[in-house]
Amino acid sequence: MATTPTKSKNPIPNRERIKMPRQHMPEQPPLVRAQQFTEVNLGYSAELAQQEALRCIECAKPTCTETCPVGVKVKEFVQLIVEGNFLGAAAKIREDNVLPAITGRVCPQEDHCEGGCLLKKKGESLGIGYLERFVADYEQQHFDTKNIVKAPPTGKKVAIVGSGPSGLTAAGDLVQKGHQVHVFEALHEVGGVLTYGIPEFRLPKKIIREQVDYMRAMGVEFETDVVVGRTVTIDELLEEEGYDAVFIGTGAGLPQFMGIPGEHLNGVYSANEFLTRINLMHAYEFPKYDEPMVDFRGKNVAVIGGGNTALDAIRSALRLGAGKAYVLYRRSEAEMPARIEEVKHAKQEGIEFQVLAAPIEFLSDGKGWLSGARCQKMELGEPDASGRRRPVPIAGSEYEVPLSVAVIAIGTSANPIVQSTTPGLNTNKRGYIQADETTQRTSRKGVFAGGDIVTGSATVILAMGAGRRAAKGIDEYLKSGQW
Amino acid sequence: MFKIIHAQFIAPGIKRFILEAPRIARKQRPGQFVILRVNQTGERIPLTIERSDPEKGTVNLVVQSMGKTTHLLNSLETGDSILDVVGPLGKPSEIAKFGTVVVMGGGVGTAMAYPTAAALKRAGNRVITILGGRNKDLVLLEREMREVSDTVFVTTDDGSYADKGLVTDKLRQLIENGTRIDLVLAVGPIPMMRAVAEMTRKERIRTIVSLNPIMIDGTGMCGGCRVLIEGKSEFACVDGPEFDAHRVDFAVLVQRNSMYRDAEKRSMDDYKRELEAKKAAVKTEAETACVLEGK
Repeated sequence: MATTPTKSKNPIPNRERIKMPRQHMPEQPPLVRAQQFTEVNLGYSAELAQQEALRCIECAKPTCTETCPVGVKVKEFVQLIVEGNFLGAAAKIREDNVLPAITGRVCPQEDHCEGGCLLKKKGESLGIGYLERFVADYEQQHFDTKNIVKAPPTGKKVAIVGSGPSGLTAAGDLVQKGHQVHVFEALHEVGGVLTYGIPEFRLPKKIIREQVDYMRAMGVEFETDVVVGRTVTIDELLEEEGYDAVFIGTGAGLPQFMGIPGEHLNGVYSANEFLTRINLMHAYEFPKYDEPMVDFRGKNVAVIGGGNTALDAIRSALRLGAGKAYVLYRRSEAEMPARIEEVKHAKQEGIEFQVLAAPIEFLSDGKGWLSGARCQKMELGEPDASGRRRPVPIAGSEYEVPLSVAVIAIGTSANPIVQSTTPGLNTNKRGYIQADETTQRTSRKGVFAGGDIVTGSATVILAMGAGRRAAKGIDEYLKSGQW
Repeated sequence: MFKIIHAQFIAPGIKRFILEAPRIARKQRPGQFVILRVNQTGERIPLTIERSDPEKGTVNLVVQSMGKTTHLLNSLETGDSILDVVGPLGKPSEIAKFGTVVVMGGGVGTAMAYPTAAALKRAGNRVITILGGRNKDLVLLEREMREVSDTVFVTTDDGSYADKGLVTDKLRQLIENGTRIDLVLAVGPIPMMRAVAEMTRKERIRTIVSLNPIMIDGTGMCGGCRVLIEGKSEFACVDGPEFDAHRVDFAVLVQRNSMYRDAEKRSMDDYKRELEAKKAAVKTEAETACVLEGK
């Protein structure tokens, strides 16, 4: 949509704006929040939001938008906040991002919009994520979805496989172009990794439900309990159910284990299982909910890994009453892939970081239960394929940590269900689906793919970027009929 | 929501449900299973598909009351609904002409073995079926199994019906009599499958078992159902549920299935107490009504 440049309503001269301090996000005190699953960040008030918005120096060439995987028009929505037009700001974000309340909470802004913010060179970047969250929450409270303007129907039907970030984004963009969109989800709740993977204290389920309800109001249909590849195949969707195109956004899926002795002991979990029990199945509310969790109150718990998933798992363990909660990471803190804010929050809550350490064996209590881990200290060597310095074991550095529960969060690999049941769908040697980087087209006519199932584990916002590109690719294909 | 078209006890504590689930009915193959969740606060549990009718869009489940969820499920009647049912999950059984196949069903495991036995018969195999149960009531699907088998043997632990003994006693007899066996399919309690595996390992008879570890999503996402297969982790939900019995580490399966025993007991105890409280409330209500009516 074309936008006309308007004169800034910000009365403060730029040289003053760069001196203004960043407004802090109000948050629950660490020792209080470590006891419960309610959200850590409390959100800006309208006053704080407007105060923060005034800091934007309105760059002629905004790097924030350029570095955003979905291209949110940051400068423009921030100016609408300055003007007090919060619903206008929400609408502006929605032009590019259909899940603002979610990205406002879980996006690694430091790697994208805030990383490119010029204010960062002078001090602290603009709180773009916090502002996005404020606007999205304001919209939730003040916007009636009856006022959504629907595009005229094109008569084309698109199936979306998986209701995670890429699928939801593709669905939102496609329905806004007038296509009929039907989303299939394997689990009993919509949201994919947002629902089963990210804990309540970082992304409340209520927020996901509200964003999904908004999409329902836009006209998107959802069907849960359907494992595409098993319950129905891609070919059946195209040939028998009348879909004109399919988008596959099934996520990375399969958890990786370490292949070390003792991984089958009771008390050793994959992060996916640990988090699914807690988030999707509400094990933290046992016995009100039936899904159980091993009782480790007062005992030692460790997570192996240094990503957001690892921190989500260990912070959840703390909230379930772990006596000591450790992060075991084989590189140093500088190489940790987790968001800076999550590391900060975890430390505040009392999580102990043992970096440059990795378990080499899980130890048994003799009755089939985990009793500890034998670990090895590491030092950093030459950079590896990821560009990060490779951890090298230090000879003779072995030590033991007593543990009741260990959570393995070292990454995931491709879930093969869709690929193995869709003839002619090309994959790479690691099993991920091959897709064009611009259009997200696969080797099968009418079939598009994006998100972790194409790239391997990444972030919510990168998956959303793929969903956007796919929606554009699908729209072009549906209009032209050309493959 | 998945509607229960018909629900009936077929043995004490064992109920057959005919569910309206057209998508699952259309795709189900022998050896596959579903995962279901009874209600909003329920856990997800895997269950055997006994058979399906793609025309009518129904699937049959056979459920034995064990813990809270199965008790809750078996309290449902015709006309009730189950909140979530997803499937069919797992790899279908390998169906080919092997020659002579011995199908062994222990208790409710027979429901899982039945569709595979039927498919093996259709594929031209000679099917010898051995059914076992603790007592007469727990020998399931005998009539159905007779329809798809060349020979059927039945054993009961207590001798209350047919031959007293275990299914493995019958298998040993067959082996000792020199019956040529090309494949054994055993589905039942873990001790039974383990005993079968030990017996056929010595005889070098290919043996398939269907494993029942704890599961959540059933799509390979959580890894909770990992089983140790010749020292390697495999996921029962996507790599199984059927495995070569001689490669399975049954001890690890038993150990992992015991992981939530305390929580499961607590859920079951709470559930029983709830039921009793309800019963007591109904009784009090009835007594009050009697008093009011002056009886």
